[in-house]
Amino acid sequence: MEVDQLQRSFLEYSRLLFHEGFLDGQFSQLQLLQDESNPDFVFEVVSLFFEDSERLLNDLTIALDQQNVDFKKIDAHVHQLKGSSSSIGAQRVKNVCIAFRNFCDEQNVEGCLRCLQQVKQEYLLVKTKLEAQLRLEQQIVAAGGAIPMLNEFC
Amino acid sequence: MEEMGSDCSSSGLQELHVLAVDDSLVDRKVIERLLKISCCKVTAVESGRRALQYLGLDGERSSVGFDELKVNLIMTDYSMPGMTGYELLKKIKGSSKLREIPVVIMSSENVLARIDRCLEEGAEEFLVKPVKLSDVERLRDFILRGEEKNEREFSRKRKTSDDSCTPASSPSSSDSDLPSSPISPISVSTVSDEPRPKRARLLDDN
Repeated sequence: MEVDQLQRSFLEYSRLLFHEGFLDGQFSQLQLLQDESNPDFVFEVVSLFFEDSERLLNDLTIALDQQNVDFKKIDAHVHQLKGSSSSIGAQRVKNVCIAFRNFCDEQNVEGCLRCLQQVKQEYLLVKTKLEAQLRLEQQIVAAGGAIPMLNEFC
Repeated sequence: MEEMGSDCSSSGLQELHVLAVDDSLVDRKVIERLLKISCCKVTAVESGRRALQYLGLDGERSSVGFDELKVNLIMTDYSMPGMTGYELLKKIKGSSKLREIPVVIMSSENVLARIDRCLEEGAEEFLVKPVKLSDVERLRDFILRGEEKNEREFSRKRKTSDDSCTPASSPSSSDSDLPSSPISPISVSTVSDEPRPKRARLLDDN
């Protein structure tokens, strides 16, 4: 496929991700930090986010499954997840975390369980989409092109 | 693709050495890159304890002599397990050896009481996460101006004084002739009319 066709697909796809709120301006900020000397920066950070999130989601599942729910511990985990999702621009995941923490404050188990369900869904969605976006990038690079910047989506 | 400050040697900028403290792996990676792309040397550690070890302040002998690792700026996350960024700040400001090093607190939570507490304790600035490239560049420029000023003052004092050289003053104590910078040192008691970008941004958030 032609490089500019691939680039257009990438931009279209990215535009959609921003428009639907999956990603916010922080993701564009990360892209600014990628260059020839660090061509895989975004991929590396996003990979760390995936690892981190999966560990936290696992810990949250276990913590909410206890007889006596430790809301402090849950809040600490959600705080971490909120932080890392915010750092990579995973907006929808971050937003669920905000709601999640409110339920922790209220010591509302039902609310927490619903949020856990929701945050897992949002996480899987953004993971799938970021992986698809990455594949488009890889195709561009393989065809000898440069990855378009996403500053317009800040 | 755009090149963002990738050629640090030709930019003529003195390289600051920044110690970054954050328990989040993702955030450490990001802050490290933000700093490197802004032509800073970075040492990133995961806890306050490790930071103190690195700075040679934990009572134990650090593996390298302190002078070799002169740290020009410490950037620390606020919420960390074990020792918080605030506690780290207090330890640093309470140390005669380290108190001159500017400390910046980073936090995803914009709690005014928290910000005030940190600034009162001597933090240079309170950055709301996620930290952006423009935050880091502005911070670097501010610290660089302070360092240059310290060097000029120090060499001036060496020429004019006999034996007693007062240590270089902290960047935060002498702000009268700094060009107007968005992060001019903040005194908690003053309520200035000048917009303080960080505060304004905090109040706008959610």
